[in-house]
Formats: sequence, C-alpha cells, structure tokens
Amino acid sequence: MTTCNCGSKVVSEKEVALQELLDHYRDYEGGLIPVLQEAQQIYGYLPTDVLEKISQELRIPFSKVFGVCTFYAQFHLKPRGRNIIRMCLGTACHVRGGSKIFKALGEQLGVGDGGTTGDLRYTLEKVACIGACGLAPCLMVNDDTHGRLKVSDVTEILAQYE
Amino acid sequence: MNNLNEIREESLRKYNARLDKTRIVVGLGTCGIAAGGQKVMDALKKEAAERELDVDFDITSCIGMCYAEPVVEISLPGAASVVYGGIYPDKVAQLLESHVIGKTPVKELAVIQIPGNATPYDGIDVMEKAAYYEKQVRSVTSRLGRTNPENIADYIATGGYAGLEKALSMEPQAIIDEIKKSGLRGRGGGGFPTGMKWQFVHNAVGEKKYIVCNADEGDPGAFMDRSVLEGDPHAVMEGMMIAAFAIGADEGVIYCRAEYPLAIKRLNLAIEVAEKMGIMGKNIMGSGFNFKMRIKAGAGAFVCGEETALLNSIEGKRGMPRVRPPFPANAGLWAKPTCLNNVETFANVPFIIRKGGDWYASMGTEKSKGSKVFCLTGKINNTGLAEVPMGITLREIVFNIAGGIQDGKAFKAVQSGGPSGGCLPTSQLDLPIDYDSLIGAGAMMGSGGLVVMDETTCMVDVARFFLNFTQLESCGKCTPCREGTKRLLEILTRICNGEGVIEDIATLERLGKVIKSSALCGLGQTAPNPVLTTLRYFRDEYEAHIIDKRCPAGCCTALASFSILSDKCIGCTACVKACPAAAISGEGKKAHAIDRNKCIKCGACINKCKFNAIVKA
Repeated sequence: MTTCNCGSKVVSEKEVALQELLDHYRDYEGGLIPVLQEAQQIYGYLPTDVLEKISQELRIPFSKVFGVCTFYAQFHLKPRGRNIIRMCLGTACHVRGGSKIFKALGEQLGVGDGGTTGDLRYTLEKVACIGACGLAPCLMVNDDTHGRLKVSDVTEILAQYE
Repeated sequence: MNNLNEIREESLRKYNARLDKTRIVVGLGTCGIAAGGQKVMDALKKEAAERELDVDFDITSCIGMCYAEPVVEISLPGAASVVYGGIYPDKVAQLLESHVIGKTPVKELAVIQIPGNATPYDGIDVMEKAAYYEKQVRSVTSRLGRTNPENIADYIATGGYAGLEKALSMEPQAIIDEIKKSGLRGRGGGGFPTGMKWQFVHNAVGEKKYIVCNADEGDPGAFMDRSVLEGDPHAVMEGMMIAAFAIGADEGVIYCRAEYPLAIKRLNLAIEVAEKMGIMGKNIMGSGFNFKMRIKAGAGAFVCGEETALLNSIEGKRGMPRVRPPFPANAGLWAKPTCLNNVETFANVPFIIRKGGDWYASMGTEKSKGSKVFCLTGKINNTGLAEVPMGITLREIVFNIAGGIQDGKAFKAVQSGGPSGGCLPTSQLDLPIDYDSLIGAGAMMGSGGLVVMDETTCMVDVARFFLNFTQLESCGKCTPCREGTKRLLEILTRICNGEGVIEDIATLERLGKVIKSSALCGLGQTAPNPVLTTLRYFRDEYEAHIIDKRCPAGCCTALASFSILSDKCIGCTACVKACPAAAISGEGKKAHAIDRNKCIKCGACINKCKFNAIVKA
C-alpha cells in the first residue's frame, strides 16, 4: 500500500490484482505455488512485501513461503530487466578484452554481474562461452549476438533495446 | 449425457464430410510452431484467398517426423493425402498451384502419402512402407499428426471415449484385471506393472482417493509426453477417468511442467469441452460415476518428476521426495490413497480397454508388453518421435527408423533414459529393447529418450554433462545424492581438464555404487548411471584422458592441441586474422603455424579454414 502526498492511501492496480488472487486461492489446498506463479506475473518478480502479504493472507509461515520460492527455478526474488545482456567471458573473449567491455557495460548501466537497472530496462550477466569465439569479444542481448566489440560500441548497442 | 451414440454419429458425420473437400492441414505442435508452421499456415491462407480457392484449413499436432518440419498435408476429394516436409512460405505458391489447382502432387517435396481408401499416387512412399514408419506401430501416437487435438469431434470419431463407455459398464475389478492381462508397465521409466499399482490403490482403505498424472517430463532429450499431451489430450484424460473409476477416485490432477504452455492450453481446452458435453463431471453417461480434474503447472524443478516429490509440489511444498513406505498407493496426495501414472501409461489405457488386454499383450516381449514411444535425437539423420513394439533392437531404431548417423560418421553410443540412463556401445546394438534387458546392460528405459552419439563425442565429457545436470537438480535432501553427485562431477571435470589420476577410476566406481544403493529417490539412485556405464563400456577413453592426457574424440578442449597441415595450407591468412590470441604466424602464400603456448584452443581457426588444413587432436 503506497501513501500519496495528500495522506490518503492509494491502491495500485497490482495490489487489487494480488488481493483478487489471494481471495481466489484462500481456501484452496496447495494453492501456494499457483499464487506465487500468478503474483510473479503481476509484479514481474516476487518482492519481499508481496511474499509477506501472501504469507499473512494464506496463513502460511513466511519461512515456508520463502523456502518454496528458493526451491523452484521459476521464481525470481529480484526484478529482472526487459532485456537480458549476456556478456561472454570465455577464454577467447577474455584474451580479446572482454572484461573491458564488461566494465564499460557495468559503468554505463551502473550495475555489476547479475544486476538489473533501476528502470528495469536491462539485466547484466556474465556467461562462460556463447560459442562465437571467432567474433570475440562478443555478447548477446536477448537472442541477438553482437561480435567484434569495441568499448566505443557499447552505447550504440544498448540504445537498440528499449 | 446418457450415452455417446448421438455425439458419436454427429462427430463421424463431421469427420467424414471432410473427405469431400480439398483440405490443407498444417502440423502445429511445439516443434512445428518452432520451425515456423504458423507462418506457413498464414502464407497458405493468404495465397489461397488471393487465388479464390475453395479449401478447408485445419491444424494437427506432431506426426513424429521432427526432421521434416514444417509439415503440410494436402488432400483432394476422394484422393490420397500427401504429407509434405520442409515447407517454408516460399514453397506455398508451388504447392497450391501444382497440387490444389493442377491436381498433381509435388513429388520432390512429398515425404509420405496416406491413401486411406483412395488409390495411392505413384512415386511417393505410402506411410506404412516409408523407411521412417515401416518398423513402427502407431497406437498411442495413432492420432498424432492425423487429427485436430483441439476438436473433440475428431477424437470421438476416431473411437475416443468408447473405452470409457465400455469401462463404465464393467466392474472395477474387471477393468484392473484387463490391465493386468495387457501386461502394461509404467511408461515413465520405472516400469512398475500398472495393473498391480491400480490393484493396490483399489484395495487401499479410504473414502477419498486421487488419480495423478505425471506430466513433468524433464529429461533432456525426451518429449514424448509433450507430443502426446499436445496431440491427443483427450486420450490422457480418458485413461485417467478409466483408472479413477477402477480404483474408486473422483478427482484427478495433471502435473504438467510449466515449460509446456501449449500442452497446458490444449489440456485446459479439452477439460472445458469434456465438461460442457457431460463426458466429465457428475453422473457420467448415467453411470453414477463423478469425476473432475485440474491442471497443476510445475515451477521448474527436475526432481518433481519423482512421484513423491511431485505430490509434495501439488500440496504447495518444496518438491522434495518423501521416504517410502508409506507408498502413494496408501498415503499419497494429502495422505490419501493415490494412483500416480505417467502420461503415456494413461494414454495406452483407452486402447487396451477398447481392444482388450490380449491384443496389447500380443505386442512386445515376454515381460515387456505393448509398444513404447521413443524420442530420437542426437547425431542421426531423422530426429523425431517413433512408436515401436517392445523388443525391437537398438540397431533397427538407429539405422532403419532414424536413418543412421549424420554426415556418414561412425556410430559410437546411444544414451537411453536421459540423465538417469546409460550409454550403450556398438556391441549392445542388437539388444532387444525392453525394461529388463536395458537394466541388465546398465541403462534404463527411462521415459524413452534416445540420444545418439557419433565418433566425435567424448564419453567422459558426456558423463560430465549429465552429472552436471543431476548435481544441479539434486534437491539436497539426502546426503548421498547431494554430496555424491557433486564429488562425481568434480572428479569428472578434473579428468576432462587433463588433471585426472589413475585412482580416480576406482573412486568413481565406488562412489557411484554407494550413491546407487543409498540415495533416497529415483533421481539419486540413477544419477551415477551415466558414469558407471561409460566406465563399463568406454574405460579406454577414461584411461586415455588420465594416462595419455589425450581425448580420443578430440572433444575435451583442455586436452586438445591444434596444428596446421603444411601440405594442405595454402597460406590464405584467414586463420591468422581469426585467431583471437595472435597464436598463428605466417605470411600470405606460405604455410602457417600455431604457437601452442599462445593457443587458447577456442577453435576459431578451424571454423575459418576452407581447406581442412587445421586439425584438432
């Protein structure tokens, strides 16, 4: 629940959707996983306060809710960007200066390995090898591969992805 | 609804009416969609509209020939259906012009034809005689690629729900006896006799019982359950309903992995339609039998394919296996007696009830009856789905159905049963496939994935790959699996990196046997299989890695060395430019050389060389 400057409480669309979801599953045996799945669809990930609310409303201990979240690969506790950047740091890319590109990416985006920008536009990840050694250094944004990178290319590549 | 007859007559009328029209059917299973089937469908519709052709369009699921996707089937009134493969939008105009307008099939694009009652065309293989299908029996997969899975009329017109109708007129015990007589064994991998399992749940005391369908198909290289769910969802539901009636359950859950959105969509649609028509719900066909079912989507955990972990997951818990006993037959979902079977097992049930247990038992070997669906992947010419009678040999599958090894390379091994299975070498090619012979050879049936490997595959690397998988997917509940798979992986990684010592082989064997005998669930108990079978059949490769520091397949990069054949190198400098580490020296028109100390073994040079002058050994 967010508080408006005028002091009255504002309920966002997401909160309404979450409340409907919780009401639907309140008396449903084994509803925790579907609730988490649908809550993640609403929020894009599972923020702590949403997990707390789920715990309270479904009367399931928070430790158990958290345990289920961390068990399944599908659940993300941190927001993920709309565009996933996978910077290759395999041997070939390393030798050709991949880490310089990674550093430049990190500086431009203001995040490190596994980090996501505040506007949720990008998530930056290091990967071992994407099999494009002939194009080293290289990176992937979503499904597109960019190769023969120079530090000066970084800004232009990032600008292609909204 | 009191009986099926009216619906069946109406369905048959609709189903047969299609024979009087020109029909174009596009295969839109997950594989067809990934290959671009939807675009082909759009292009066909647009082209047909532009030419003002009177054509019915329909969709179907995967006919099994994944290698030929996108697949399009065209039939003219009263003529044989022709199935075309590799149809991209640029071929659409040609197909319509020649086959639909000119009434002449395009033979060079045709894969097979299905004549039905019509005269076959010359020069196109009839399905049953085509190399891919000749050794197959199509029972569970009979509707795949032939009917529209989103249309219940197609299902009923092809005998659907007749098994349920017959079952509801039988005594529950008689149904179980029929399944026992058929010899059907669990198709999810374990191979437990289905009739016996049903008997346990039938005999279990309790008012409330559950039917659960395990559709959490997680083995890399296995997609038969997805194909059956996408292609024949009603058959799985019908099988579950027959089982429910036999054991006395009134509620069912299908646990389907979230990675199969199309299967979930088609199941939801099928459940909705069946409920609307009164085939599912209260007092089904006037028998007094009530049944409802729902779908539970998985959340990404391989171990949930294990039955007790799956039950925990349905209950909303972490998907970790339970200690047995008690077995699910006595205390399963919500501690109530539960019958848990795999997708393919349930899909077999309506056929067995309709045609009788004796019919089913007439196929297969003494202890493994019926047919089994396999997924053929890896380095073979024809990848896809194949249903074969039990007892067929690996050789027939790999060389007859799958069309042999790609690029004329030599066969090396076939991995049966996913990460829990084992790798079988050339000497085992004539092994008749059934549950017991595979276990005897150190592998297992698993869900039915067959990954074929050629001479360029390193068996130590394969073992490492599978251990990496099982180690990541180990739930961590029991120590042998949690710690053991991690240690196995460490040793294998060391060997692949050329740092292995000869004692490692004995350690792998001992550790593997300990994990096998002490892990809590099927995942752990079978996790060492890839290591143990490769040690059994390919020990020389382990020794080459450890003693000679050499990878015979030229696969393990750390052990590879690159060199340039001076008689083949023409001095084009392509590799010099490609090398990211500046390890290749040489001027134009003179043979180049690789400095092994600088080489980082990335292989960029081999990909660039047009003269096959660079070798990796």
